[in-house]
Amino acid sequence: MRLARLDPALRVGLRGLAFVSGLIVLLILLLLLVEAAPALSTLGPGQWLADPGWQPSGGRYNLLPMIVGSALVALGALLLAVPLGLGAALFAQFYAPPGVARLRRRGLELMAGIPSVVYGFWALLVLVPLIRTLAPPGQSLLAGILVLALMILPTVAVTADAALAALPRALLSAARALGLGRVSRITRVALPAARAGILTGIVLALGRAVGETLAVLMVAGNVVQVPGSLLDPFRALTANIALEMAYAAELHRSALFVCGLVLFVITVGLVLLAARLSPQRLPHAA
Amino acid sequence: MLVSTLLILAVCMAVSLPLGLGAALWLSEVGRNGHALGRVLRRLLDVLAGTPSIVIGLFGNALFSQALGLGFSILAGGLTLACMVLPLLIRTTEEAFSAVPPSCAAPRALALSETRTLAQLLLPVALPGLMAGFLLGLGRALAETAALIFTSGYVDRMPESLLDSGRALSVHIYDLAMHVGGGEGAAYAAASTLILLILLINALFLALAGLWRRRALQLA
Repeated sequence: MRLARLDPALRVGLRGLAFVSGLIVLLILLLLLVEAAPALSTLGPGQWLADPGWQPSGGRYNLLPMIVGSALVALGALLLAVPLGLGAALFAQFYAPPGVARLRRRGLELMAGIPSVVYGFWALLVLVPLIRTLAPPGQSLLAGILVLALMILPTVAVTADAALAALPRALLSAARALGLGRVSRITRVALPAARAGILTGIVLALGRAVGETLAVLMVAGNVVQVPGSLLDPFRALTANIALEMAYAAELHRSALFVCGLVLFVITVGLVLLAARLSPQRLPHAA
Repeated sequence: MLVSTLLILAVCMAVSLPLGLGAALWLSEVGRNGHALGRVLRRLLDVLAGTPSIVIGLFGNALFSQALGLGFSILAGGLTLACMVLPLLIRTTEEAFSAVPPSCAAPRALALSETRTLAQLLLPVALPGLMAGFLLGLGRALAETAALIFTSGYVDRMPESLLDSGRALSVHIYDLAMHVGGGEGAAYAAASTLILLILLINALFLALAGLWRRRALQLA
């Protein structure tokens, strides 16, 4: 319900609270810029991308391997999570009996609630040894992709589910009345109609994958290199911050804020993209 | 660890709850689309919701730990987490308010002031929804690690004040798994405790959400 007219004092107070909340985002951007400024001004743009390696003590600051690592692991996870999540949503909407669909939903909500350290811990003890039998050392791009896929699966599935459920019933009834089978109802009617919502969910999931820190850190091996194969260790941008922040000082610390700034810019871009795609308001990132 | 975790959560909720409640009330009052400032604020909150927790951790480290001189402390960690759960809290709270049926506007006809309508009618009716949002935020805060590593710190002992460093349960798991040889058993125990806590919160959330839906139906 809306209040038609609030008492003036209350209205001003509420507006103040609302603005403080919005200000936090701007404050984050401001502080990232301020802290990153020393590194940005002493090191030219060429150095961030072309220095021979990341050795802050030796004055080398090449971010490229980590950006590539972050991108590869996030895209790989998406490649796995999207078919699975979409399939799960279609199954729940078109095939599953209501009880099973509800059970699946609860399961996904639980999956979304499990802390990322716990995922990382589990992957470290179960997934990594498994991959090690395939090819040592086990801490690898593949491990990162698998654990991330597991983590973003609920986001993809829940948003796709919501987008499909929000389709007007008349649309599907009309398709049925035209004699379309279940498969063509899904591929020719439901999926195209729900495309915007599904895409929004995928973009949000990508944002989560890029921003995930602990789980990736724990299974990635964290060697700074462009991974040559799925079984090579790598280091993500987020992990780089978490690993080195504890002892970084001066220019090194500032360089880590540059990493943060890069991440922030990527996520802002993804959120704005999602907002553009989304037919209504952004769904909850589950 | 458990005490530190609870203290961090308490600080986080004490800060984010009034902020979130106020912001959500204002947003639901200006409505969905008409208000330009409201739209900008919503977009900003979407960005905040999408910001990686490690970036929020960096921000917390720069602002609370360094600029405000709080150091590695429970207070700094709690404040950082508050920034993180705020968008979630505002979104769920706003939904709770907009789910209150318009028939509850009747008191206006009784010449009750808006403030009293708010305090005596709107808040109680929306309460289960508010609690559900609160629990959701709590679960998110409980699960968080990356934002806490450089704000509330690693120190593994009973905190004596809010300015002491305290190790949250999730950070404890991370530390045991990565840095302590043979720490798996203890890490398993900590992970189980954390998951149990989260399951408990989840169950409470579901129960409240159900209650809220039933009550909204009754009122409608």
